[in-house]
Amino acid sequence: MPEIKNYTLNFGPQHPAAHGVLRLVLEMDGEVIERADPHIGLLHRATEKLAESKPFNQSIGYMDRLDYVSMMCNEHGYVMAIEKLLQLEVPERAQYIRVMFDEITRILNHLMWIGTHALDVGAMTMFLYAFREREDLMDMYEAVSGARMHASYYRPGGVARDLPDAMPQYEANKWRSQKDANRLNENRQSSLLDFIDDFTQRFPTYVDEYETLLTDNRIWKQRTVGIGVVSEERAYQLGFTGPMLRGSGVAWDLRKKQPYEVYADMDFDIPVGTNGDCYDRYLVRVEELRQSNRIIQQCVKWLRNNPGPIASDNHKVVPPRREEMKADMEGLIHHFKLFTEGFCLPAGEVYTAVEHPKGEFGVFLVSDGSNKPYRLKVRAPGFAHLSSMNEMAKGHMLADVVAIIGTQDIVFGEIDR
Amino acid sequence: MSEKLTQHADALRNHFADKLVKLLLDYDEITIEVKPADLLEVATGLRDEAEFGYQQLADLCGVDYSQFAKSEWQTNETTNTGFSRGVDAATMGRLSFGDELEVEDDQAPRYASVMHLTSYRHNRRLRVKTFADNNDFPVVPSVTQVWASADWYEREAFDLYGILYSEHPDLRRILTDYGFVGHPFRKDFPLVGHVEMRYDPEQKRVIYEPVSIEPRVLVPRVSRDDHRYIEASDEVAE
Repeated sequence: MPEIKNYTLNFGPQHPAAHGVLRLVLEMDGEVIERADPHIGLLHRATEKLAESKPFNQSIGYMDRLDYVSMMCNEHGYVMAIEKLLQLEVPERAQYIRVMFDEITRILNHLMWIGTHALDVGAMTMFLYAFREREDLMDMYEAVSGARMHASYYRPGGVARDLPDAMPQYEANKWRSQKDANRLNENRQSSLLDFIDDFTQRFPTYVDEYETLLTDNRIWKQRTVGIGVVSEERAYQLGFTGPMLRGSGVAWDLRKKQPYEVYADMDFDIPVGTNGDCYDRYLVRVEELRQSNRIIQQCVKWLRNNPGPIASDNHKVVPPRREEMKADMEGLIHHFKLFTEGFCLPAGEVYTAVEHPKGEFGVFLVSDGSNKPYRLKVRAPGFAHLSSMNEMAKGHMLADVVAIIGTQDIVFGEIDR
Repeated sequence: MSEKLTQHADALRNHFADKLVKLLLDYDEITIEVKPADLLEVATGLRDEAEFGYQQLADLCGVDYSQFAKSEWQTNETTNTGFSRGVDAATMGRLSFGDELEVEDDQAPRYASVMHLTSYRHNRRLRVKTFADNNDFPVVPSVTQVWASADWYEREAFDLYGILYSEHPDLRRILTDYGFVGHPFRKDFPLVGHVEMRYDPEQKRVIYEPVSIEPRVLVPRVSRDDHRYIEASDEVAE
């Protein structure tokens, strides 16, 4: 028998299952992983350094591009840090809008995750199902901000504008007949809230569909049960947060434990896993889809009955309305100052964290009293999760690495920053 | 300021006594400053003592404090000097290839390694700051033995700020390119960088050249100490 030596395998940076630009150097003994060394940074754009060179309000758009499948949650962490330093009150309606869009974002993220994770493991259909629903969610983004992905909708002191009364409509074209367009427009006839409400009515049945495809699926279970097991103790050590931590049996959710905005008034449950393997994390995230849906329903109900301001009236931070700017001297001055110089924050250091779909998204902001951040550090949940790759993959087969990447819900925008 | 927080601050003071260089209670957050020599001991205590129970290192990052509170725009006494309000010296925003940054006080500690800890048991957070003793050769002990998640975070702080973590098992660059020179998040590293890359059809390979773009500051860094900012920080201090 010839002696078989360990060899090194390069996985990525261009690989459909690498979820972006991940280069994994795998040291293998046959088909078993001995050591995994992820090389990251291929998408490093120095977001934090760029933010240091711009006034606070101009970096919101960069936040969207961190984790580019859960855009508004990133913005949320950033504007919360600014609000904490300014000690700025956000009107209640804006808080409800933020919570609603955080949860829409969570569904958006988890659908992306379930689609790609299942696709990597071999279930093609899931991807098509998940992207069908993502289309509706991105329409919500579009209706409220004008952009389907990079919304920059959250602003220090509130949100950019109130929920619209009309939804954008599909038009007939070369590839889509008038009949198809009419069918697509059917539930887009009235306000955004009606559309969201309609979606939340439909969505639980969609989740049932996903579950019939996966939860008891023999192949799915063979690929995920017992793969990438992380104990509770190790999960703390490795810096796990969010569904990764809950999958290992820790009932920890910042929305419950350190509630921000109006999460304290919301009625929802935290799903927790028991074994800490890929399958448990799958179950946790699927349940989160249902819980997010519940939160959205509560927000829609409240928002229907409670009109009001959607941003703080402190015009040193929030730009005045356009009519005000045209008619009022003070308004004009505020407008000019905000868009040429921005606003100054008091000197100080704060850390704010939100329960991002992937885990704890923290923003550490150092301000020296000027109109630009002195140092902005984004604590991306995926960074800590990916760093555990070596420990999670050791002793597993090559194919399981793909399942582990899937379960970690890797997105390179936030890891490389 | 909540009572629980002040109690926790007292507990930290009692337990670590003179190991704490500074304890700051600000914006409902506690920051402690520790000397590099004491860091490992304090970190182990924070993790293992039942009253603290910081099981997780949520975040670790470097900060370069060399340009703190330096603005690029004069806000006071401008009417005496006419219209030119811009500060002339090469500030961090304007820095270009080959420029040197003015550092007024090279003795002041420049690099800090900042940790954010989470206690799941007590639902608390803590910030631990360590200034490296030497500005030219900043060394801070690694906490990878205490919290495994420190591994990549320290690699990142090393890569971006050049802070050396002693006893780190594998201190390699992590975010920048293979063969990258310099530490890009230092304040004296220009935003436009030092080199740019292109494919050279004659040599048939990718080559690096000095950057050709000029740094531009669209909005200068302005510090204002209006009454509203002073008031806001006074409230916090109380």
